[in-house]
Amino acid sequence: MRHIISILLENEPGALSRVVGLFSQRNYNIESLTVAPTDDRTLSRLTITTIGDDRKIEQITKHLNKLIDVVKLVDLTEGAHIERELMLIKVKATGAQRDEVKRTADIFRGQIVDVTNTIYSIQLVGTSEKLDGFLAAISGTTVLEVARTGVSGISRGEKVLSV
Amino acid sequence: MTVHTTAQRSMKVEQLSGGDMLIRALHDEGVEMIYGYPGGAVLHIYDAIFNQDKVEHILVRHEQAATHAADGYARATGKPGVVLVTSGPGATNAITGIATAFMDSIPMIVISGQVDSSLIGSDGFQETDMVGISRPIVKHSFMVQNPEDIPMIVKKAFHIATTGRPGPVVIDIPKDATDPSKKFKYQYPESVKLRSYSVPGKGHTGQIKKAVELLLAAKRPVLYTGGGVVQGNGSDLLRELARKLDFPVTNTLMGLGAYPATDRQFLGMLGMHGTYEANMAMHFSDVVLGIGVRFDDRVTNAVSKFCPGAKILHIDIDPASISKTVAADVPIVGSVTCVLEEMLELIKLSETRVDSKSLDLWWKQIDGWREKDSLKVIPADNDVIKPQQVIQSLYEITKGEAYVSSDVGQHQMFAAQYYKFDEPRRWINSGGLGTMGFGFPAAMGVQLAFPDAVSVCVTGEGSFQMNLQELATCLQYQLPIKIVCLNNQALGMVKQWQDMQYGGRYSHSTYAESLPDFVKLAEAYGHVGVRIEKLSDLNTKMTEAFALKDRLVFIDVMVDPMEHVYPMAIKGGAMKDMYLSKTERT
Repeated sequence: MRHIISILLENEPGALSRVVGLFSQRNYNIESLTVAPTDDRTLSRLTITTIGDDRKIEQITKHLNKLIDVVKLVDLTEGAHIERELMLIKVKATGAQRDEVKRTADIFRGQIVDVTNTIYSIQLVGTSEKLDGFLAAISGTTVLEVARTGVSGISRGEKVLSV
Repeated sequence: MTVHTTAQRSMKVEQLSGGDMLIRALHDEGVEMIYGYPGGAVLHIYDAIFNQDKVEHILVRHEQAATHAADGYARATGKPGVVLVTSGPGATNAITGIATAFMDSIPMIVISGQVDSSLIGSDGFQETDMVGISRPIVKHSFMVQNPEDIPMIVKKAFHIATTGRPGPVVIDIPKDATDPSKKFKYQYPESVKLRSYSVPGKGHTGQIKKAVELLLAAKRPVLYTGGGVVQGNGSDLLRELARKLDFPVTNTLMGLGAYPATDRQFLGMLGMHGTYEANMAMHFSDVVLGIGVRFDDRVTNAVSKFCPGAKILHIDIDPASISKTVAADVPIVGSVTCVLEEMLELIKLSETRVDSKSLDLWWKQIDGWREKDSLKVIPADNDVIKPQQVIQSLYEITKGEAYVSSDVGQHQMFAAQYYKFDEPRRWINSGGLGTMGFGFPAAMGVQLAFPDAVSVCVTGEGSFQMNLQELATCLQYQLPIKIVCLNNQALGMVKQWQDMQYGGRYSHSTYAESLPDFVKLAEAYGHVGVRIEKLSDLNTKMTEAFALKDRLVFIDVMVDPMEHVYPMAIKGGAMKDMYLSKTERT
């Protein structure tokens, strides 16, 4: 099963490599990874999506917790949560395709953020599933470039990941 | 305000260079001895060492040996071992020793020099990314960015290395951070707080209660105890618990000595080369209490067939060790001493008593298994020495009181099986990583920690050649180590597997024609060498060698090259599935 693990990490040199290294060292899989400093500059928030059964995920969280630089973590998929990913996608937009791409982008609530005579650059935000859905929907179009940020997430309700 | 500054001035905050601060911080941390090898990036630090006499430096002949010596020192004393190496090759040479310490959870601080901070990343001379290279095999690492951070980094490093599940910590120091011309205010921090690091102490009382209930109701219990009991200084409490419950005890390779081997309740070592009774008892048990163990594959054999009828209770200080390979029915995270103390207290308060009727039957069954005498030695008939006989002789001559450091291979297993350790921290071996070349330098660390003790290195002619340069170190520091080399003229364990699984095709495991004359080799380094070739000479010559109390003696014992280590687990089987000899299996 796919899990989203959010981590508060010391914002120190080498901290990220310890997390990433742990995954390769123990043969765990990283589907996506996002990282940036939080409002507290001493902390980074890192979100990893990974796939594994409960036992594997338990091992992953235990080993992550052992890293000295990991201050706190939560497996967002254990409870209700919100996940978002941002995608920038550059597609060929000529002839009949030009309208079709725009319509599809509208349906997915994407925004066209840059335009040339032949190209649309579209920004789309949502769950990874939704982004996949959009890519499938425009599969008839020539996709020139895709940049996805990876998943970022937060728990619903009052549950908070903080120090 | 004025008063305050005057007071500060009168405290005379010292101004020290980074190099001086490092050595002073080590002293303030209680370090008596460091093991190292100088080089360009650490020259400032070596000058700081030269200018003081509080921290003694032991000059090894290879950085790998520095790490193993520090490791042996740490295992024997319980104090962290400290290593100092230069950048580049100095640092990379230390890697094997760091990994060895990491796998066996040994507290160690490795200080590595680094090129000037301005050169980092430029492929400077003797530059290597030590923090990067060592990352998967350290508990944590630091790169010094500002010299004034050195005292705090040292404090943090020792705290991390020695608490919780211990392990090695690397401190990488760019050369300019130790520049003698740049001085900083030195004050060694009294305490350290890391918001992301907490040390488990007491276990969860509810879980401990549950475990105690299961133990008291057990009909066929086994205490399966490991290196965590040794590292966590839980040996006395384990003895108390075992005696109170009258349960059988088995130790892992790493746990030998945690429970006295000569005690009636001891079943011997378990696992791949464990005794018949230990492995049988594990397999047929109904409650297994694992203490400071990690259900290593060398113990469990096929996990799917492991202890089919047993409830698994598991105490460990590292939550990640619990339910890693074998799911625990009752997991308890905590320090071995805290948890065992609480267990003993609960047992005392409990109205339930152990099921002695079932226990009697269980002990009868175990005694039946013991009759198999799976470690019996069948002497050769032509005065040929069996390797097991050498360990038996060593045990008798040293009255079981020696510190025995071992290398890796058949001799290691023979030592583990036949030297009956009654005390913890006497058996020093690389259990997790299985590092050949570990034993001899480890024995140096032991001897340096305990100058009056008998420090023995049990080795083979293969392992010994991986760090024999340390014969020079032993001469320099007059270390009267006794090296007992079980010389079978081959890589014995490899050869054994080739015998058993590869139709006796000895691919690169034999080299009899090219072996050195170890007696002459020892003599060349200023030591004493003895060769023993006949069983009839074994005890006398061993006794003579051990009588040379002030000298290092290399005892080269020619043993039966065809001998195998038994029992041996049958791959893919349960713990009850063992080869008992070349012709017998369970």
